[in-house]
Amino acid sequence: MGDYLLLAWTWARASAQYRTSFAVSILSSFAINALDAVAIGIVFTHVTTLGGFSLREVMFLYGTGGVSFAVADMLFGNVERLSQHIRAGTFDTMLIRPVSPFVQMAADGFGAHRIGRLAQAVIVLGLSLPVVPWSRAWMVPVMIVCGVVIFTAVFTLGAALQFVLVDAPELANAFTYGGVTLTQYPLSVYGDQLVRGVTYIVPLAFVNWQPALYVLGRPDPFGLPGWLRFAAPLAALLLSAVAALAWRAGIRRYRSTGN
Amino acid sequence: MADFVLYLRLFQYGFRRHSTYLAAALAGAFTNTVFGVLRAYVLIALWEARPGLAGYTLTEAVTFCFLTQGFIGPMQVFGRGLSFGDRIRSGDIAFDLVRPAPLLLWSLSEDLGRAAYLTLARSLPPSIAGAVMFTMIGPVSPWFAVSFVLGVVVSFGWRYLVTLTACWTTDDRGVHTLSSLLTFFFSGMVLPLGLFPGWLRTVAEASPFAAMVQVPADVWLGAEPAWSALGFQLFWVVALLGLGALATSAARRKVVVQGG
Repeated sequence: MGDYLLLAWTWARASAQYRTSFAVSILSSFAINALDAVAIGIVFTHVTTLGGFSLREVMFLYGTGGVSFAVADMLFGNVERLSQHIRAGTFDTMLIRPVSPFVQMAADGFGAHRIGRLAQAVIVLGLSLPVVPWSRAWMVPVMIVCGVVIFTAVFTLGAALQFVLVDAPELANAFTYGGVTLTQYPLSVYGDQLVRGVTYIVPLAFVNWQPALYVLGRPDPFGLPGWLRFAAPLAALLLSAVAALAWRAGIRRYRSTGN
Repeated sequence: MADFVLYLRLFQYGFRRHSTYLAAALAGAFTNTVFGVLRAYVLIALWEARPGLAGYTLTEAVTFCFLTQGFIGPMQVFGRGLSFGDRIRSGDIAFDLVRPAPLLLWSLSEDLGRAAYLTLARSLPPSIAGAVMFTMIGPVSPWFAVSFVLGVVVSFGWRYLVTLTACWTTDDRGVHTLSSLLTFFFSGMVLPLGLFPGWLRTVAEASPFAAMVQVPADVWLGAEPAWSALGFQLFWVVALLGLGALATSAARRKVVVQGG
């Protein structure tokens, strides 16, 4: 933990040395992600509800999923660069240092500019809060924390996959960036099978959809059991365990590139 | 004739350079397909609520979605992709500028090779997956092939200018990010441009970005007459390549001044 903070702080200070470049990076991180929010705004100029949800409700989903992803991405998203480190041979160096390779991977080149993405999601979430009744507001921080854990686990699984598929790191993007894109809209717009898949296999439905059904007081459009909306912590724990096992298996299997 | 052989060779090199990374291209195609599925469901929900929006039927909207996901690779929607970008930073661009073949045509040939390979590796899979999982309609106009190639050339012309700005700026990352932002949003990748409100739609549809993605897709769907679509794309090809040639000679003078 202390190692992580020290490494991350060092990288953040390093990138802040070039002030203009740093400011441009923060702004572009903000703007690129704001495009998705703009797209939602444009969609709602043509309809009043999408998949049965109003603009504010969709913004709530977008905001909670976005904040969770932005935090996970900022803190641990760099593990997705594993294949670059493997090919460059720099991962070998990490293995012989007295700090966990996962911590080193996560903190290496810590992207402080990703605060731009976080700011963007926080603003959208803030604007959506009027749809949240006071009595159910306690769920909002719970779902965000669970979302951070789930996305971190997905990032870790994606990295573990790169131990096997060194040449195809982009495959993991389908689950990480694809995952956050999925959570931006109510799952009611997606097909039945896809929703079952992200409920029971890759539990992205617990990032925001299931808890949000509770917060917004909605019945499940797919008729899944009601207790699932409180199951986010369980899903986060299970997925983390799987991700940790996969990462360890990957490290054990790792044989360097040999030059 | 010798010239033609040279550019053909460069085209082959561009093709071969990218074909080395087959696994990466297939992973990219898989990711493009997953995003295509997610986009398609949102568009289906929208078109079910408002049939005929932007002049498309539901099937046309889904076709648009998977077609444009397939354009990400060949049109290099997220920018970069030109090999001389790094050479500007290292100074090697000085050699490229004095070669007997102009830098513009040289890199255009290589880029067409890149696009040809990515058409096979990254356009076909999302389109086939889309046709299998949803319903897609086939190309309405035979002019699609021409429009597709013109789209690649417009994309090249734009990226050539963006890459060349590194001759004037010390840190080119900001320009590249801004460029991919503009390309992604105004090309029709986020939503079909017909959904954009009022003036935003007018601006987007007149932009070179529309010529990369929206226009070729509309030619496929028969949503726009081929002659006006191709005319619009040709205009941007001439404008961007013309500007590119001007910028190259400006860069050449600049490099000579600083050279040594």
